[in-house]
This record gives sequence, C-alpha cells and structure tokens, in this order.
Amino acid sequence: MAQHLKSSKSTFLNVLRHSLAFGSPSHASRHLRQKLPHGGPPSIKKVSPNPLTRLCNTMVDTLSSSHEDTNSQVMDFPGGKVSFTPEIHFISESNEERVPCYRVLDDNGQQLPNSQFVPVSKEIAVKMYSDMVTLQMMDNIFYEAQRQGRLSFYATAYGEEAINIASAAALSPDDVIFPQYREPGVLLWRGFTLQEFANQCFGNKSDYGKGRQMPVHYGSNKLNYFTVSATIATQLPNAVGAAYSLKMDGKDACAVTFFGDGGSSEGDFHAAMNFAAVMEAPVLFICRNNGWAISTPTSDQFRSDGVVVKGRAYGIRSIRVDGNDALAMYSAVHEAREMAIREHRPILIEALTYRVGHHSTSDDSTRYRSADEIEWWNKARNPLSRFRTWVESNGWWSDEAESDLRSRIKKEMLEAIRVAEKTEKPNLNHMFSDVYDVPPLNLREQELLVRQAIKSHPQDYPSDVPL
Amino acid sequence: MASLLSRFCRKLALPGSAHGSRMTSTTACGSETVKSLNLYSAINQALHIALETDPRSYVFGEDVGFGGVFRCTTGLAERFGKNRVFNTPLCEQGIVGFGIGLAAMGNRAVVEIQVADYIYPAFDQIVNEAAKFRYRSGNQFNCGGLTIRAPYGAVGHGGHYHSQSPEAFFCHVPGIKVVIPRSPREAKGLLLSSIRDPNPVVFFEPKWLYRQAVEEVPEHDYMIPLSQAEIIREGSDITLVGWGAQLTVMEQACLDAEKEGISCELIDLKTLLPWDKETVEASVKKTGRLLISHEAPITGGFGAEISATILERCFLKLEAPVSRVCGLDTPFPLVFEPFYMPTKNKASSSSSLSSPSKTHIF
Repeated sequence: MAQHLKSSKSTFLNVLRHSLAFGSPSHASRHLRQKLPHGGPPSIKKVSPNPLTRLCNTMVDTLSSSHEDTNSQVMDFPGGKVSFTPEIHFISESNEERVPCYRVLDDNGQQLPNSQFVPVSKEIAVKMYSDMVTLQMMDNIFYEAQRQGRLSFYATAYGEEAINIASAAALSPDDVIFPQYREPGVLLWRGFTLQEFANQCFGNKSDYGKGRQMPVHYGSNKLNYFTVSATIATQLPNAVGAAYSLKMDGKDACAVTFFGDGGSSEGDFHAAMNFAAVMEAPVLFICRNNGWAISTPTSDQFRSDGVVVKGRAYGIRSIRVDGNDALAMYSAVHEAREMAIREHRPILIEALTYRVGHHSTSDDSTRYRSADEIEWWNKARNPLSRFRTWVESNGWWSDEAESDLRSRIKKEMLEAIRVAEKTEKPNLNHMFSDVYDVPPLNLREQELLVRQAIKSHPQDYPSDVPL
Repeated sequence: MASLLSRFCRKLALPGSAHGSRMTSTTACGSETVKSLNLYSAINQALHIALETDPRSYVFGEDVGFGGVFRCTTGLAERFGKNRVFNTPLCEQGIVGFGIGLAAMGNRAVVEIQVADYIYPAFDQIVNEAAKFRYRSGNQFNCGGLTIRAPYGAVGHGGHYHSQSPEAFFCHVPGIKVVIPRSPREAKGLLLSSIRDPNPVVFFEPKWLYRQAVEEVPEHDYMIPLSQAEIIREGSDITLVGWGAQLTVMEQACLDAEKEGISCELIDLKTLLPWDKETVEASVKKTGRLLISHEAPITGGFGAEISATILERCFLKLEAPVSRVCGLDTPFPLVFEPFYMPTKNKASSSSSLSSPSKTHIF
C-alpha cells in the first residue's frame, strides 16, 4: 500500500532526508559496510589470518573511523587527521552494487508502496502533465516544420519531458537557470509562450535573441533563463558564480544548471563541481543521463557508475533519480533546492532517462542504435503515460481533458508558426549591435561597407532582412 | 647581457613620464596628492578603490588571499573580507567561468590569472561565453562586469611559461576588450576603466615592470579612457607604435635615432581591442613611416593587424614599408632570451628607422 505521508512537513522532510539516497555520510557508510565483497561479517573488524589474502584482495574501504582496533595512531597532515593502516588496501574502483535510483511511480504509473515524495496539489499536477504534453507536441510540430524546410534546425526533448517539467515545477521563479539545450520545458513551465519559442526558431524580429543564433537557443531574462550556448558544459561554472552571487546577496534562490551524460566528461564539469563545493555555492547540478551523447553511448563516455558517484569526489551530496518519473524528479529537486539554499551547498542530481529522439534534426540515430530500443523506451518507460496514470488515479484528468488540451495546443502551435514565419527578420543593424554595449568605430565602419555592398549587389543578399 | 643587467639594476625612466601623459581625472581637484609607486602597488591601489566604490565587486584567483604571487592583491582580503577577496582552486577555466557567472548577475568580478602563460584553459570561457554573452542573448544578459588580469611578458629569466605575450589571440575575439598599460600611473587609471567598462576586459600587466617601474601616481580615484591611444613623444620623421613594457625599449631607440637627426613620434596604443586607428593613421600621414614593436612572436602578432590597417589607410603617404620589430617565431627561450627580444638596436637598424646607408633587412 502506498504510504502517503501526511504528517507535518518538517517531520516528513526529516524522514525523507534520511531515507532518500542522498548519501549523507552516516547513511553511506552503513550502506557500504553491508556490501563488502567477501560476505560474512565486515573483515575490517577482524584481521584475516592469511596476510597474503589480505594483500592480494582489493577491499572496499570504509569511510568511518572504524580502524580503532587496527591502528590507534593518527597523523595531522594538511587537510586533517587521517588514521594509519598497516594493511595495503586499494579502494575499489566501484561499489559492489550500483547506487540505487529513487522512484515513486512504477513503470505503469502506479505509486510504489512505501514511496516517499513531496505532495503535489491538483493544480500543480495538472499543470505539470499539461506542460509535458505541450512540450511533446511543440517538439512534434517544430520537428516536422524543420523536415519541411521551414526551420533550419531543431532538437527535441522526447523522453525527457518529466525532467524538464517536474524540475521546473519544483523550483521558484527566482531560481536562475543555466541550461544546456534540451530543457525548453523549464521555460515553458515559467510562461514562455509557443509564439515566443517560434519567434526564436524562425529568428524573426520578435526573437529576444535578435536572430543571431540557431533555433532552440532560447533565453529569457524575465524568466531567469540564461541564453543557451551550444558549447557543452560551459554553463556549469557560470552557474556556480551566479549561485555565489545569490548567496552573497542573501536571496532565497539558487542556481540550477542542466547537462547531459556527455557534458559530465567536459573539463568544465570538474571545474564547476570543485568550485561549487569550495565556494559553498547554492547550485543544483542536474544531469540528464539519457544514455547517448549524439552517437556515443555511456559505455564510451565514462567507466564510473554513472554520474552520481562523482559527487562524492568533490564533497558534494548526490542523488540518482528516475528521470522519467515526474513525482520523483519533483521531490528530488524540491529537496535539493531546500538543502542548497539553507545549507549553502551544491547538490548533484543524476536523472536517469533515455533520449527517445535523435540528437537533432541533423542526426539519424537509427544508424547507431536499434529502432527496437528506441521504441521500447518510448512505450514502456514513457514519462507522460506514467504520470498521466497517476494524475488520473486522483481523478484529476480524463480523456476529454486530454483531447481538449491536444487540439488547443495543436491550433496554438500552427498559429504560432504561421505568425512567426511571416514576421519580418530583425533589422540589419542588429548584426552590429550588442557586440559591445556601444558599437565601436570599426563596427560602425563595417556596417557602412556592408550597406554599400548590398546597394551595389542587392541580388546577392537575402531580401527578407530589413535594412 | 648588458640589457639583462640593466633591466635589473636600475629603476626605469618610464616613457612619457617626463612629458606627462594626458589623463582624465574623475575628480576635479586642484592639487592632487601623488605618491611614488611601483606597478604592483598602483594596481593594488586600483583594486582597493574598485572594491571600495562598488560593494558588489569581487577579486579572486589563485593565491589572491595572501596578497598574490606578485603582491598585487595585498591587503584586500583583510580589508574587504574573505567573501569578497578569496583564493580559488587551481583551475583557470573555473576561475573565469565562475567570474562570468558572477558578472552575469550584475557584479564586478576582477579575476586574476596567475601568469598569462596559463590563461589558455580559460580560452573557451573567454571566447565562447564572455565575448558572446551579450550578443547571443539579444542584450538580455551581459557579463560586462568581468575583468581578467594577467601578468604578461618577458622577465629576464622566465622561459617558455613565465614570459608569454598572448595578446594577439584575444585581439581576434569580437566582444571583449584587450588593455595593456605601460606604467604604474597608466595601470591604475586603465584598470579602473577596465573594471568599470560595461564589457568584459582582458588586462595584461607587464610583469617586468611590477617592481622595476616607479612613478608618481595620484592617490585619488581616476580613470584613463579605453580605446584612446596616446602620443607620448611627438616627432615628424617616423611613427613608432607599441604597448606595455616594450615602450621603454622603443623610447631608447627614439633617443638613439634623435642623435642621428631622426625625429620620432612614439604612440602607446594602450587598448588593443578595439584599437584607436585614427590616432595612428593621423600620425603616419604626418610622418610617412611606421615601426611597430612587440615582444610576442612576429608571425600573426598584433603588429600585423596594425600594419595591414595602416597600409590600407595611408598607402600613398608611406615613404617606406611598415616595419615590425618583434619577438621571434620560437617558444620563449631561457638562455637565448637576449637574442630573442626586440631590442632597441634591432629597432634602430630596422629599415624604417635607419638612414639608407645603415639599413639591415630585419
């Protein structure tokens, strides 16, 4: 039976904190002590009779100071006390078991027994589900538009709708977002309209980015969503600096940054994680581990147990979540945010998911993975259907609501595209503005030269850019 | 060897100091108090003023807390606290990336890269993030509050990794500014301008001058404008353009040339990006000759940009080809440093500066 905890919030959250696999020190060491490779009682308490055995086996090192009976001497090296051991131990390259994954709903959307989660109201749940549907439909229609040649490029977030929407729902509008490029759902949740998305994709004069970047490179200062840049993981250290600013200004807000499994290999990931820990910055690192970095599977990306285990290397509290479980994502982000702000610390969230779509419209992923695999994830682990089941089980959704929503979104999307397509492009002078706060002399001269060139050879230049 | 010894054995007579550099003071005081300061102290003063005048400004980098390996950040942590002046982990991409994030939230982030030779891990952050932050967002966001300080240039014994002049890499990046001061008084004013400029700035400090250069520096808060070159020595026969520590060498070459009856006009560019073409153009149209000198290797150095631009603008007024007297196309050597450097005699023997009978092809 589902244990829907209705106790007071602080008690609830205390229980949650100790039971969720956040890897707080006491929890982790208990966890590890049970998992020693040899079975039987932990051999750290006993000295093996065979010294050769001890020397030849690798052992899982415990993290607590349970070495009292092996060696009572300690030494103060810079960085703190460490106890000594006369035994040659290598910390294993991995734990016996992988870090477990927090989930609330099973594959069919049924709440798991003993599941713990932060309750969501009907309004929030319905908005979450509706926005997941909207995101998926927006992706469908923009993707098709690209295939038809009306858009130059597009990247979908298929399969990652729960990560997108549920994380956004758990944050406050004051939390600043540093996205990678597969998180438009966060903008959607905050109120970015379909028209605003379309304007950026078509690069028209209503695009806040003034037509300078490829489609899906959204940004919105009013929604605290920093503009997407295609460079991988560069946003991570930026987010740490922003978080530090929020802390210094005493804001009740954190920075949140997203990246993929591929992004966790970049140097900026390591730079950012280390800085975040040292600077005690209130930042959430949300990794969308979707199994693929374009055509590179995670087995070619790292040899660790995913990304969650890397948190400990930097002194960062971490959790692994089922990224296709909207309730689990919501709860994890909600909890992480509280800890980050209250305790001035970074949190790492590894959301396990699957990239159902191609990397982008420039990719055909059937060339490197089986269509069956894609199909399985799309059907069996679909985040929308799982959450829909749960929402409906509360009596908050219906087939009628679904079809009403879908027909409304479809109409809105087609209208947004129609309007975006016929809206004129930004003026040519926007090629030269914003390079600096004020255009320097060399840019003013270059603009004159370009305008002269256009005057002499208008046929060589696109006619839809106003001069 | 002589030049090496002379570097270390005497305090420098700074170029332009006898003539007084043109400077805009932010406070109109009748009698300004000045103090004799070396370069690192002048920079230190600028940082004190920057932190004092903007409570949302920060100074950080490796070893910044105890005063920095070149003493530029002395006293800042004690005065402004470790939350605003702090050490960072040893990671340039992290330092600059973190600084961009701080600046993006409206703060002033004055980051220190310990030595310009180590700036390259941060190159991606500088080129792809800082330089494009405002443009790509349609001016919704900017990181104009970012200033990156790095000691650059030859120091007499620095070898490959303590002597580099990487300014040319950065001059090729639209969206940032590149500033290089020649002296303590210039450094203080230019650094304050850079910190307060609403664009990200890379500020290279000639490390050789940290202790060697001493000058009267006004104690008050003043700024020297960016993108304005200064004629620090007027002349009529040839224009010389340089920046940073090289100007000292070039001034010596000017003095030598003057003995031969050649009147030299010496220009300190100060800001390399965006650079003041107009001042250089006007000067070359007057003199008809141009010599550019920098420590950085000649191929692809910033001298090439100046040369090409002046050729375009002043071709018919030129009496001789534009000369570049620069470092060689080798990694910066240790034992061979005196041979590598663009010395005053190399400048003097260049085709632009010497009389026809003494011309060497350099």
